Amino acid sequence: MLLEVRDLHVEFTTRDGVAKAVNGVDYSVDAGETLAVLGESGSGKSVTAQAVMGILDMPPGRIAGGEILFKGKDLLTMREEERRRIRGAEMAMIFQDALSSLNPVLSVGAQLGEMYEVHRGLSRKVARAKAVELMDRVKIPAARQRVGDYPHQFSGGMRQRIMIAMALALEPSLIIADEPTTALDVTVQAQVMDLLAELQRELNMGLILITHDLGVVADVADKIAVMYAGRIVESAPVHEIYAAPAHPYTRGLLDSIPRLDQKGQELYAIKGLPPNLLHIPPGCAFNPRCPMAQPVCRTDVPPLYEVTESPVPRTTACHFWKECLHA
Amino acid sequence: MPEPILEVKELVKHYPLTQGILFKRQIGAVRAVDGVSFGLHQGETLGIVGESGCGKSTVAKMLVNLERPTSGTISYKGEDITRLPARALKAVRRNIQMVFQDPYTSLNPRMTVGDIIGEPYEIHPEVAPKGDRRRKVQELLDVVGLNPEYINRYPHQFSGGQRQRIGIARGLALRPEVIVADEPVSALDVSVQAQVVNLLERLQDEFSLSYVFIAHDLSIVRHISDRVGVMYLGRIVETGTDTEIYEHPTHPYTQALLSAVPVPDPRARAIRERIILSGDVPSPANPPSGCRFRTRCWKAQERCAVEVPPLAVPQWFPSGPRAHPSACHFAAEKRVVPVTAPPPSPPPAAPPPAAPPTGLPGEERPPGDR
Repeated sequence: MLLEVRDLHVEFTTRDGVAKAVNGVDYSVDAGETLAVLGESGSGKSVTAQAVMGILDMPPGRIAGGEILFKGKDLLTMREEERRRIRGAEMAMIFQDALSSLNPVLSVGAQLGEMYEVHRGLSRKVARAKAVELMDRVKIPAARQRVGDYPHQFSGGMRQRIMIAMALALEPSLIIADEPTTALDVTVQAQVMDLLAELQRELNMGLILITHDLGVVADVADKIAVMYAGRIVESAPVHEIYAAPAHPYTRGLLDSIPRLDQKGQELYAIKGLPPNLLHIPPGCAFNPRCPMAQPVCRTDVPPLYEVTESPVPRTTACHFWKECLHA
Repeated sequence: MPEPILEVKELVKHYPLTQGILFKRQIGAVRAVDGVSFGLHQGETLGIVGESGCGKSTVAKMLVNLERPTSGTISYKGEDITRLPARALKAVRRNIQMVFQDPYTSLNPRMTVGDIIGEPYEIHPEVAPKGDRRRKVQELLDVVGLNPEYINRYPHQFSGGQRQRIGIARGLALRPEVIVADEPVSALDVSVQAQVVNLLERLQDEFSLSYVFIAHDLSIVRHISDRVGVMYLGRIVETGTDTEIYEHPTHPYTQALLSAVPVPDPRARAIRERIILSGDVPSPANPPSGCRFRTRCWKAQERCAVEVPPLAVPQWFPSGPRAHPSACHFAAEKRVVPVTAPPPSPPPAAPPPAAPPTGLPGEERPPGDR
C-alpha cells in the first residue's frame, strides 16, 4: 500500500474551544489508484490532506492521534528533515486556486525550475530547460516562449496546468489534488481532469482527489471515501456506492442531484445544516439531519460496519446500513 | 402567446478600453454583451448558461439597471426601461429585483437582517408604511423558511444557505414580478443547494414570479428552467425549451458544453462521448470574426470566419425538437447527454447513440474511449 492513514485525529484550538476537524479517519491509496475524498466544506477533507502532506498550521492545529504510513513508514514520527525530502519529491499537492498558490513575482519558469534546483541540485540553466520540458508535458502551447511569463499572464486553465507541472516535476508516487478544477469552467475542467488522468496512468501514481462534485468523482475515481464532520462515513468502490449507498448521508447527496424524471417536482434536500465542529452532536454526527435516525443514533457513535469484504473492502458508519442499502 | 413580461432586443454592452492618463483615447472595447435578444413570459423561468466571461452576469446587471446598455432595448410590459426618466425608472425597478451569487459579500455585515430586508422599503415607502415594516420583514423571513425571531441578528450569525435565504427575502420585499438570480446556489454546499432551489420554485408558484436564472451548473438549470439560452462570448448561440437544448442540441458549443459536464453516475463513463474543446475562450476585447466559436470548433470552415451565423431556426430542420434557434452554419443534432436509469420516456425520433448500460458497466470500455 502506497499510503495508509490510520485513525487520524486533528484538532484546532480556537477562541471558542477545541474544534475537532478530523475524528478518526482511515483511508488508503495504492499506486495507480484514484481515491476520491468527497465532502462538504468543514467535513475535514482538506485538513486530512494537509496532515498527510505535513503542511498543517501547527498551532492552532494539532495532530491528536493516529498514524500516516507512506510506503510503510510513519510520517508523523519522522524527523522533519526526512519529511522535507519526501514532500515535493515523493508526494506533491495541487491546490484549488492556482493564482494564489503561485508566486506572482517570479516567472513560471523560475518556479518550476526551483523544484530541480532545490531537490536535485541542478544549475539554473539546466533547471530552466527542464521547466520547458515540463510545460510541454502538461500541453502548454509555445512552452519555450512562455517560460519567462508570470502567473497573471496565463488563463485559469493554463495556471492549473502549471500547478500540475510543478507537482509532477520530480515524478512523485503520490499526488493529492485538493479541488483542482472547482475554480474552472466545465470545458476547461474536462481538459484538466483528462490531463491529470493521463499523467497518472503514465507515471503509475496514486491520486487522492478531494472534491465536493459527485460528477467528477463518478468520472475518475476507483474508490470513494465520503466524509462528514471529520469522519469517513462510507467508503466503497465507485460503482457500488453510486448503485446502492449504505449511509443515509451518501444517499441524501445522491438523491439531491436533479434528475431528468424529476423535472417539475421538488428536489430531495437533506434538511438542516452541517454541524458546528465545536459542538459535534453526540452519537452519530449526522443524526439531527438523518431521515432514518432512531434513539440509538443519538447516543451511540456507530462503528465502521463491513458491508462487503472483497475485492475492495466496503465500510459504512451507520447503525442501520442494511435498511439504507435496501431502501 | 401573450406579450412577454420582459423583452430584450439586440442588447449590447461595450466597456471602453482607454489609453493615456490626461487625454484618454479609446483604443478598443471589451464586447461583454454583443447583441442579445430574448423574451420572458409571466411565470416562466429562463435559464442562461455559459462559461465565465460569456457575458451572462452583464446581462443580469443590465436587466436590473445596474449597468446601462450601450445599445439595444429592455422592455418591461412593452415599455423600454433603458431610456426612462429617473422617476419612472424607479417605479419600474420595484418590479425587477435581483438575487446575487455570493451570500457572503452581498449582505452588509453591519446591518441587521431586519434592516437588510427592510431597506427596499426605505426607497419605495409606498409599498409598506413605516409602522408596518417590521411585521412585513418577519413575514418575509417566515416565507423563506427562517425563524422570524432572527430579525435582529447579523449576517455573520447565519450559514451560507441561510444567508442566501436572506438575499432572497430582500429580493421579494417589494413584491416584484421578475427576479433575476445570478448564480444563486453556486456558492452553497451540495446538500444546501437543493434546499434553496426548492425554495425558489415554491416562491415562484406562490407569487407567480418570472425568473431569469443564470448559472453554470447545467443540471440545476435544466431542473428549474422552462427555456434555456446558451451564451458564448457575448452572444446567445442556441436557445430553446429545456428538452430541445439538452436532448437535441444542434450548436457545437452547446454539445461540447453538455458533454463536458461530469455525469454523477460511474456507469456513464463507458457510454458517454465527450467532446474536449481545445484552448481557452478568446478575449472579448478581440473576438474572432464571423462565428465567435470557430477558433475552438471542430466543424469550422472558411465560411465561418467571414459570415456571422444568425440565431435562427436552421432551414433544414423544419419541425420537431431540432427546430429551435441555433447560431451555426452547420447546425446538426448530436445527442450528448447519456440516458441514465431510470430512463425518461424516450422521444420517438433520434434514437440515442448508445444503448443504456447493461450487466456490469464500466468494465468493458471501447478502446480509445477516455
